[in-house]
Amino acid sequence: MWEFLTNVFSIVFLAQLIRISIPYILAAMGGVFSERSGVTNIALEGIMLNGAFAAILGTYFTGSPLFGLFSAVICGMLTALVHAIISIRFKADQIISGVAINLLSVGLTKFFLKIFFDSSSNSARVEGIKIFKIIPGNLQIIETINQIIGNPFIIFTAIIVVLSHYVIFKTVFGLRLRAVGEHPEAADTLGVKVNRIRYVCVLLSGCFAGLGGAWLALDQHQFTDGMSNGRGFIAIAAVIFGKWSPVGAAAACLLFGCAEAIQITLQSVGSGIPSQFIQMLPYVLTIIALAGFIGKSTSPSAIGKPYECE
Amino acid sequence: MTESYVIEFKNILKRFGKVVANKNVNLSIKKGEVHAIVGENGAGKSTLMKTLYGLYQPDEGEIFINGEKIENHSPNNAIKHRIGMVHQHFMLAKPLTVSENVILGMENASGIRLNLKEADSRIKKLSDEFNLSIDPRKKIEDLSVGENQRVEIIKVLYRGAEILILDEPTAVLTPQEVKEFFKVIKSLVAQGKTVIIITHKLDEVMEISDRITVMRQGETVGSLASKNTTPQEIAKMMVGREVLLRVEKNDAVKGEEVISVRNLSVRKNKETLALDSVSFQICAGEILGIAGVEGNGQTELIESIMNLNSDKIASGEIKFLNADITSVSTFERLERGISHIPEDRHKRGLVLEYSISDNLILGQQHLFSSNGFLKQNAINRHSDERISSFDIRPADKKVASKGLSGGNQQKVIIAREFNRDFKLLIAAQPTRGVDIGAIEFIHKQILKARDNNKACLLISAELSEILSLSDRIAVLYKGKIVKILDSKKTSEDELGMLMTGAEK
Amino acid sequence: MNDGKKKLLIEILTPIFAVALALLVSDILILLYKESPLKVYKILLEGTIFNPYGIGQVIFKTTPLILVGLSVAFAFRTGLFNIGAEGQLYLGAFAAALTGAYLPAGTPFIITVILCILSGFLAGFIAGFIPGILKAKLGSHEVINTIMLNFIIMALVNYLVVTYFKVPETLHTKDIIENAKLTRLYEYFPVFKGSASNISFFLSLLACLAVYIVLWKTKFGYELRAVGFNPSAAETAGVNVKKLITLSMAISGGLAGIVGINFVLGYKYYFEEGFSSGLGFMGIAVALLGKNHPGGVIAAALLFGILSQGGLVINSVVPKELVDILQAVVIIFVVAASSEVRRLLFKSAK
Repeated sequence: MWEFLTNVFSIVFLAQLIRISIPYILAAMGGVFSERSGVTNIALEGIMLNGAFAAILGTYFTGSPLFGLFSAVICGMLTALVHAIISIRFKADQIISGVAINLLSVGLTKFFLKIFFDSSSNSARVEGIKIFKIIPGNLQIIETINQIIGNPFIIFTAIIVVLSHYVIFKTVFGLRLRAVGEHPEAADTLGVKVNRIRYVCVLLSGCFAGLGGAWLALDQHQFTDGMSNGRGFIAIAAVIFGKWSPVGAAAACLLFGCAEAIQITLQSVGSGIPSQFIQMLPYVLTIIALAGFIGKSTSPSAIGKPYECE
Repeated sequence: MTESYVIEFKNILKRFGKVVANKNVNLSIKKGEVHAIVGENGAGKSTLMKTLYGLYQPDEGEIFINGEKIENHSPNNAIKHRIGMVHQHFMLAKPLTVSENVILGMENASGIRLNLKEADSRIKKLSDEFNLSIDPRKKIEDLSVGENQRVEIIKVLYRGAEILILDEPTAVLTPQEVKEFFKVIKSLVAQGKTVIIITHKLDEVMEISDRITVMRQGETVGSLASKNTTPQEIAKMMVGREVLLRVEKNDAVKGEEVISVRNLSVRKNKETLALDSVSFQICAGEILGIAGVEGNGQTELIESIMNLNSDKIASGEIKFLNADITSVSTFERLERGISHIPEDRHKRGLVLEYSISDNLILGQQHLFSSNGFLKQNAINRHSDERISSFDIRPADKKVASKGLSGGNQQKVIIAREFNRDFKLLIAAQPTRGVDIGAIEFIHKQILKARDNNKACLLISAELSEILSLSDRIAVLYKGKIVKILDSKKTSEDELGMLMTGAEK
Repeated sequence: MNDGKKKLLIEILTPIFAVALALLVSDILILLYKESPLKVYKILLEGTIFNPYGIGQVIFKTTPLILVGLSVAFAFRTGLFNIGAEGQLYLGAFAAALTGAYLPAGTPFIITVILCILSGFLAGFIAGFIPGILKAKLGSHEVINTIMLNFIIMALVNYLVVTYFKVPETLHTKDIIENAKLTRLYEYFPVFKGSASNISFFLSLLACLAVYIVLWKTKFGYELRAVGFNPSAAETAGVNVKKLITLSMAISGGLAGIVGINFVLGYKYYFEEGFSSGLGFMGIAVALLGKNHPGGVIAAALLFGILSQGGLVINSVVPKELVDILQAVVIIFVVAASSEVRRLLFKSAK
């Protein structure tokens, strides 16, 4: 027991938790924007996968992870654009569109993996994100701390969460996007361009989820087949669990990440709790939250409904 | 001539595909007046209103605003000319605050940050100026219906509207709220605003408006000054003939008690009751009419009798044929002999995608099946018989009900419900949105049921319908039965008084 | 009536156009790979429907697609979106495999097979019952709940396999008994020699027929469809909507539960971790393309069956993932086009 506690309350564990949570948080921010504006986005999964692949491809060809990130953002937004066009322009079922995009992403990444890396499982290795040495020293613990505070990506993610919260609740754009997700007709009669806002929000979700994918890949220094591995769905679970607020969703991601980190720690210690049960945790919690057992989780009222203007 | 009018419509024509929604529409609105546009359901009022606000473009005709000819009228153009519209269905996002809803679309922000403080104070000021008493920081979901409407008015005032279009503004209000609402309108006009009200409630029109424009079958029939006319005259113009106020009927031959409702209370939300200890009974061979402004508990009453809101019932007992049915399922209630013509035929009465013949067995499918399989031949025979005896058109049982006119859809429901061996008929808004010919047919059917010794509960928003069909009339006000009267010994005036909560 | 015919024509034309457009996209990808599209398609067709073994394999691939598409379509007809077929079929296959493995070796063929199918159906039924009852009683949305349940079920089954049921050094359960193994089609039609197609194909066709009869010829189906179109009207007519929603979701789950029969009883003879890989999601595509009608589902499943077998055939020339892309693009075009068509029809009707 003591060993377990020291393992959990260690800086290494914290680093692990953050490392796991970052892609969830990024994708969840995307989910919040998209769903708040009224577009369900289960395509997050596929967007992450595409983003991961694009990040590796970009880094591989330029040698610069920064360019990799840029490619991930572009690719994520392009994927999201497909979802936006299907669900906003063609007013089609958003769930089906998401399913199709997820299938498409699996196919596309595999296809291009063959073309560019001549492999069906993984890409070549690339350079990861540069960690800055904020605190000098060679101790293991300092190294670990540096990995957290010296990683621009982690800082960047934190900023995105705070900024998203600010944008959604304190700005003009935020008011409009909330109104569009709650009562698009009302927004429309007041001259708010409903569909334009939805496009922007879905594209934002592509940008964030793409970045989430990029983190996954760059953290591993390579792309492996199907590496998003359900993380997009965890992000959606976090959005629901966090009641569609950026800070809430981020907290949910940390909770889910924490569970996963505990699982990894437990595995190394060799505890009795099967890893599968910890894997289930986010999903079980989400079902319970939706059933109304943990406060009330009410979705934006216009979610999933295309807007038909007169 | 034109300059004295703020809005002028000349010979407006609007088509949707082959259907002509508006034609020969002429309308002139003076500055500072309350102008009512009245007409029956489907007379083209809402099309006209949407054209006014620029949501529809007329196919022919001319629009003048402040004497200036308008091409390509649009909502933006309407806002530019200080026209504001309050929709019948509130256009408010519930989880957002009053201020957030009001400023949406014209946040007037310095930079990108919302300036809610400034908005709050401006809204407070508007609210005080027009006696609206709205707290800008409250969330919409915490406001009453009347308050919701006042928020809508603030929304258009905030945008500097000089001309306000109000679509059926009193439909959802309690009589008390209507009075408050009229005060608001008066204070608006006192400040020089022009108000256009679209409605079909004549008594209200007479009380509040300066001038009235009547519409019938998509056309404007004429405009009158309110003080020079009577409700009868307007009603005649609306319908196009003398309104038949009393339907020919025999005296009721009352039989045994069929249904009795005792102290029924139904929750609306946590705090308020939609129905407050309602009691009444109906005997075989009589029609009990429920009079009242819509939203005073009528829907809840029907739902309770049919067991469609079991989670909301707070207390009470319903007895049908001397048996307590309070905890009996909807299916079982129908089986025991209740026929139900729902108030909203699209929501509850029909499966619009189903064919006429499928809809004719809805709720009776077990009578048309054996061992779980549908008996298609029996269904076909049944449909043909019902279609011909109730004169449903088109006389094609395979046609989807979606494509039928309102009157024929209603006939399908009646044909179906009359097929049951019922003891009690619940007829809710049986002639809503139905043409005159079908109205007479439906009224005859209801009377026929009564003469065949059935008990009838008639719920209608049309006072004249209640008066002409019912034997007794219960007035429902704020969820309570104010009084039960003999229909022969009462008048529209007395009912109107009771419906607005004024005891005697 | 003429309107109805026009509508039907458009309904049929939409998927055809979608497939044509999707082919265009795949042309581009093939050209990117510096191959000739014509050559690829020729190989694809020759390897699938133009040789007996290929046909056999297409049947093998089509069988589970029919059942999973049918499962999604059934729920759709009651107005429910079952995105949980993935998990339901996983659980069902696992249950069928266990039943097949642990029945006494001497159990007669018919009884074994029926018990396996029943246990698969029952497992899927339970997996569908959960989101169904949650929707009916608490109103929580079935889409999110079924997605969540997919992951829960997979984790649970994997745990059970790894901890209790796997054959050492593998990720699969032990073999089913001899009498649970389904007859391969080549035993009746020797031309299919070598292909894994088996008599569960007939099971899937039978299921389609049964679903058609239930939905359109029975009182139960009449009520289910009424709930799908207008739950309020159904409730007013005395239909127990909550019960039907729960039951419909559960039956949909049950249909998904027998998807794995083809694999477990007809091919590998055991349950293997990760055997389904996205089959549940393909079911959504099949139902969509098949317009939620059993007949349409068979046609759509056949198309997807040809494509997935085709992927293996063309792999020597272009990556087999090409067909995954092709399938996804077909769905995208169908879903975009069908709503557009619906709106056009609606407009002209107005």
